[in-house]
Amino acid sequence: MKRVSINSNTVLLLITIGLFAAMYAAGCVIYADKGFSHFQTFLNVLITNAGLICVACGMTCVMLTGGIDISVGSLIAMDCMILAYSMGVKGYPCVPMLVFVLAIGLVFGLVQGFLVAYMEIQPFIVTMAGMFFARGMTAVISTAQLSITQQSNPQYYAWANAKIELPAFLGYMNNKGAVIVPFIRPTVVIALAVVAIIFLVLRYTKFGRSLYAVGGSESSAKMMGLDVRRTKLKAYVLSSFLCSIGGICYSLNTMAGAVQQAKGFEMEAIASSVIGGTLLTGGVGNVIGSLFGVLINGTINTLVITNGKLLSSWANIATAALLCFFIILQSVFALIKERKK
Amino acid sequence: MQSGEKGGSVFQNRPFSQYGEAFCAGPSQLIYTERVKHMEDQILLTMRNVCKAFPGVRALENAQITLRKGEIHALMGENGAGKSTLIKVLTGVYQFDSGEIRIQGINEPVINRSTLEAQKNGIATVYQEINLCPNLSVAENLFIGREPKSRLGLIDWRTMNKRAKKIMDDLDIDVDVTLTLENYSLAVQQMIAIARAVDMDCRILILDEPTSSLDDGEVAKLFKLMLRLKEEGVGIIFITHFLEQVYMVCDRITVLRNGRFVGEYGVGEMPRVKLVAAMLGKDFDDLASIKPEGGAASSEEVVVEAKGLSHKGKIKPFDFIIRKGEVVGVTGLLGSGRSEMVRCIYGADRAQTGTLKMKGRELKAKAPIDSIKAGMGFLPDDRKADGLIGDLSVRENIILAMQAREGIFKTLPPSKQNELADKFIEMLRIKTASRETPVSQLSGGNQQKVILARWLCTHPDFLILDEPTRGIDVGTKTEFQKLILKFASEGMSVVFISSEIEEMLRTCSRMCVMRDGAKVDEIEGDMTQNSVMAAIAGGEAK
Amino acid sequence: MNRLRGVTKKALFLPLICLVLVLLLNMIKDPGFFSIAINNGVLYGRLIDILNRGSEIAILAVGQTLVVAASAGTDISVGSVMSLSACFCSVLLAGYGVNSTDTFRMPMLAGMLSGVFVGGVCGAVNGSLVSKLKIQPMIATLILFTAARAVGLLLCNNQITYLRYEPYKYLGNFIPGCPVPTPIFVAAAVISAAFLVLRKTSLGLYIQSVGINNRAARLLGINSARICFLCYVICGLCAGIAGIVASSRIYSADSNNIGLYYELDAILAVALGGNSLGGGKFNMAASVVGAYTIQAINTTLLALGISTDQAPVVKAIIVVVIVTIQSPVFRAWVLSRTGRNRKAIKEGAGA
Repeated sequence: MKRVSINSNTVLLLITIGLFAAMYAAGCVIYADKGFSHFQTFLNVLITNAGLICVACGMTCVMLTGGIDISVGSLIAMDCMILAYSMGVKGYPCVPMLVFVLAIGLVFGLVQGFLVAYMEIQPFIVTMAGMFFARGMTAVISTAQLSITQQSNPQYYAWANAKIELPAFLGYMNNKGAVIVPFIRPTVVIALAVVAIIFLVLRYTKFGRSLYAVGGSESSAKMMGLDVRRTKLKAYVLSSFLCSIGGICYSLNTMAGAVQQAKGFEMEAIASSVIGGTLLTGGVGNVIGSLFGVLINGTINTLVITNGKLLSSWANIATAALLCFFIILQSVFALIKERKK
Repeated sequence: MQSGEKGGSVFQNRPFSQYGEAFCAGPSQLIYTERVKHMEDQILLTMRNVCKAFPGVRALENAQITLRKGEIHALMGENGAGKSTLIKVLTGVYQFDSGEIRIQGINEPVINRSTLEAQKNGIATVYQEINLCPNLSVAENLFIGREPKSRLGLIDWRTMNKRAKKIMDDLDIDVDVTLTLENYSLAVQQMIAIARAVDMDCRILILDEPTSSLDDGEVAKLFKLMLRLKEEGVGIIFITHFLEQVYMVCDRITVLRNGRFVGEYGVGEMPRVKLVAAMLGKDFDDLASIKPEGGAASSEEVVVEAKGLSHKGKIKPFDFIIRKGEVVGVTGLLGSGRSEMVRCIYGADRAQTGTLKMKGRELKAKAPIDSIKAGMGFLPDDRKADGLIGDLSVRENIILAMQAREGIFKTLPPSKQNELADKFIEMLRIKTASRETPVSQLSGGNQQKVILARWLCTHPDFLILDEPTRGIDVGTKTEFQKLILKFASEGMSVVFISSEIEEMLRTCSRMCVMRDGAKVDEIEGDMTQNSVMAAIAGGEAK
Repeated sequence: MNRLRGVTKKALFLPLICLVLVLLLNMIKDPGFFSIAINNGVLYGRLIDILNRGSEIAILAVGQTLVVAASAGTDISVGSVMSLSACFCSVLLAGYGVNSTDTFRMPMLAGMLSGVFVGGVCGAVNGSLVSKLKIQPMIATLILFTAARAVGLLLCNNQITYLRYEPYKYLGNFIPGCPVPTPIFVAAAVISAAFLVLRKTSLGLYIQSVGINNRAARLLGINSARICFLCYVICGLCAGIAGIVASSRIYSADSNNIGLYYELDAILAVALGGNSLGGGKFNMAASVVGAYTIQAINTTLLALGISTDQAPVVKAIIVVVIVTIQSPVFRAWVLSRTGRNRKAIKEGAGA
């Protein structure tokens, strides 16, 4: 059987991956003296962005249907606040609270999905309302900045600080001669598992293919007997659920809850998906691309921080420039395709 | 399959035998009486007293149809007769207001609330518009919703591709099933859509104008397939505008008019004239020659003269000339470049080489607006994608081209707009609730009239009509032909493209013949169906 | 208002009802809501406050409506562009790296106009991406959404520049001797300009044609790409004007906060007006009513003593209720419940 010939989407994915590699390599050369080349730097990018990876996966699923979910940033803030308030202030046990947060994600997604799919209200408006709601609820719980400490919840604290050490040969020798063993946090495992599961779901399940079909042509999908509305509903539920998982990762990283947390996260997630090759019109994209989109985003931030002198707004400008680059690339590919016809 | 073995032409009105051996076995009535008799009383489907109203329109009023096992049943009617609505009611796209649907083997009246339910009840549909997903692979389009699963419950891509390949091979369609659908032409996509319906194990197959985007070889393949399914006992409802095709494959005909049931006939007992009369509800002069005797003498004044126009990769340099009051046809196979040629003249696609003179003055059209200002009009073949502004009202659609020519600052006063709209609604007999009705609510033929009105508004000297009669009913077709001749007699020069050669023979005084993206011939004077077809096919005729 | 309704017929009905409902709620809660008083020679009152504070949203809504109609997408960069134009204006007037100034380096008007001009340039960038390169609007404007505010921060050297020059405050506050807040005039000017253009030219018809069927519009002689481009430029200019007004209000260029979340309000205004975000037909008056409805909600919540941080919860619920009521699906459902199609339902239940 002939394999799928390389199409423009594959090329885009390869460019994304190549760009990430190039950017990272450039960082290693330029900031070699600041330890950028250590494997741990890469792992740190993963650790900081574990939450964003989960969110981007959910976002990709929603974008595949041709929709959008801009409530994710606020939902993360709300999740973090719930966790910080319940564990940090009230001292509740962590497992029930984590389940509770996941349940909130499900309910949140159900409501949004219902409004989008069954009431046929534009997703941008629905999730914008969701965004307002979640952000406002965060403030209703508390307007102060709360944090979870070792005293208030030792179990959660332990999880947050757990190190999963990787084989020592990946590490490096510090100037005192001791080997620094590279490590990751449990959040990275969660995030990568999410990527793997969503990858399988998108490629090998009826639901996953339905997402593509709905995004490709909603009316056709309906005609072919797919339940378009249920598929959309599921996409939003999945997005909010993954967002809650992302919220937990985020919370484990920051151990805090604040109203202004994760501001602009939705746009980062969208940007990552787009850089990873997802089309906003739906039907095209995959989570591997989105993963690299997040990594590129994270690498830019790390580069700016490593430099130390640059204003943080340069990271935004760089992301915008990259976004611009990829968008133009996509449209050039689309134009070529059209010309061929 | 793209170009390999299609023998004749795209045109549907041709001697029977040219459709290939599959149909030479005998007229279908024969098959009906001999082979299918035992299935006679096995009624698969009945729809009775079905009513459905849309805002302002009663689309169906006591419509009915009865489908038997192993028959091909033509559903005929003018545009707006309610054929599509009836089908959509049956397949659950629309809910009906009252009536009853019964399907063999189901004891209760059936109400399909969704296409999915209809599929479960054994009804599969291939619509006029291709309802597949362009971003999915061919195999997925065949199997979506019922993908073969591996033991883990995951989609088994290898099996799926293998099975898809087999289906396509069985139907003689040569595609790579792992490529995405958007890589293939509309015709191939249509065949894939049919393949999907066929593979769904349906008992009732509905084909809603499946042949309108297929060329000859493909139509033959489709008919072969339909006859095979019929033998297997599938009931097929076949909607088409091509009368010839009805007589070729169908056993029975149900005629609808204005949403009402007119009658059900066996094909044998229904000569063509009677069928058309039933559809139109009046005695009809059998599409008689409406061309005025001797033809209008066209003047010598040249309106448009093109020299060496070409469009990169699509059409090779061609010359073209048209005089005042002349009707020129452009003919050729589907994909021969006939649409591309007129688009190039109009400036819809910018010509890379050559010059175009309009009334003696050179015209360098950068965009369609320049051509409009010079006095051209263009009715594109794909009215949905290129013609209609769906949500705007009939009035706005009519005045748009004129407004565009006047420019953004010279708004036509509302009274003038209303006057124009009313004038053309009356003149072209456009059936619409009011001039403020969104044009998307009109039936296909009336939509086409609105676009025609749009151009008549601008009083063009030169009007291009690319398949104005495609997908519209016989009555309106004749109306269009008469209109074209009327315009020409008033001094308008018209380029007319149609897939039906008879139509062009009746209206055109000259024909340009296109083949493989080049203008190969021009025939004038003594034109007959055979001479034109020979020219299109090439070879000895030259 | 009656005349307005006469002009736009049914399309304005729902947005107006929403606005009236919000105002009614206020009146029940606080009978003094509609009272307007003159204090220190200027007008005070909730209504004036709504009109005043709603100016920026209304100005943005004008541009956003056109963009949505022509390109079936939203310009999410307007908030960032507001910030950029304010920063650009302040850099021109105060100079780079200046923290606070009371003298300007160039005529104030020139500085302000340059700020508006930058908005137009941003609009042109968005417009070319959308109309020439056929990029989905939201993604195309995502670029400037990310970059514009960041560039503004760079221009202001990452700090807040204060422009303590009395006339600079006029635009966003009061002109001495005039009791009505200036932003109301600015908004009124922009809105009437928009209405004038839509009434006197065929721009509206062109935009709708392009929004509904781009290809057909081109074939019948409309330069689709140029119309689409024009809409984005207008939207950018509106964002520029709104940015300068917002900056004048606080007589500073606060890059981080000017125009924050305004893109959401602007889009919301369009949707609350009952305009489809899918492009095509639009109603400008409805969008403007939508804009003031949003501000009315904001002011109401403030008056009810809900903190700015918590207000979004109520806003979200109101938004959901309003858009649900406007949803055709919901209306059809309500109709079927109220008995018109009871028979059909019975039949459905029987099957």
